Amino acid sequence: MVVDSEVDRLFHALADPTRRDVLRRSAEGELSVSRLADGYEMSFAAVQKHVAVLERAGLVTKTRRGREQLVRTDPAALRRARQALDELEAVWRDRVDRMTDLLTTPIQEEDR
Amino acid sequence: MTVTTIEKDTEALTLTLTADFAAPVEAVWELWADPRKLERWWGPPTYPATFVDHDLTPGALVTYFMTGPEGDKHYGWWRIETVDPPREITLVDGFGDADGTPLTDKTGQLRMRLFEHEGGTRMELHDQFPSLEQMEEMLKMGMEEGLREAVGQMDGLL
Repeated sequence: MVVDSEVDRLFHALADPTRRDVLRRSAEGELSVSRLADGYEMSFAAVQKHVAVLERAGLVTKTRRGREQLVRTDPAALRRARQALDELEAVWRDRVDRMTDLLTTPIQEEDR
Repeated sequence: MTVTTIEKDTEALTLTLTADFAAPVEAVWELWADPRKLERWWGPPTYPATFVDHDLTPGALVTYFMTGPEGDKHYGWWRIETVDPPREITLVDGFGDADGTPLTDKTGQLRMRLFEHEGGTRMELHDQFPSLEQMEEMLKMGMEEGLREAVGQMDGLL
């Protein structure tokens, strides 16, 4: 189920202390990945991986500005975007279902 | 499942979907190319779509409206960008005002591609929105029904 895997990603993302810290720091304002990485005793690549996990869980968004990647949390906007995309997914699943029905039961000539 | 993959990008406001059909490419293409077939699946049963102008040639304007349960009409349009029958359509889409006149300030983009796949057809869709507001506006067209049906489909589609 889609819903389960989303919840799994969310819990997995929050299960790590570094990721919780990244979330807390980026919630205070936009931060570049390199600024974030300065705060931890781990490689830039490792911090990037943590950010990617948070991003997949929908907890942060990453935008590119010049050579920097900015990380931010905007829970309200994110929630709206996710909800709209979920609804759009439902619209398309619904359409695909009707397309499938049409392909398996061809339109009768008298209906056309 | 008919829908095989879904990717949603909250930053780019895109939805990419692949779906597999046990039918030849030409048959799936007809569901887009024949307006009478198209209007049987574009809108949900409670908001059926009626295509007024339908011509899949580059530059053509396709217009439609969806009729709600109260007889309310919601207009939409496509501007066809490229067509490669029976494989690919790219188009710009938007809304119309209350009289059906196309509004051109808020537009999205849709790309549909068909591939032969395991004896049937794979459809790949890429739906892109310029803003969250526009996506929400589009979703108002017949949404409740779509959501309700989708819940059933998640379990029922195999």
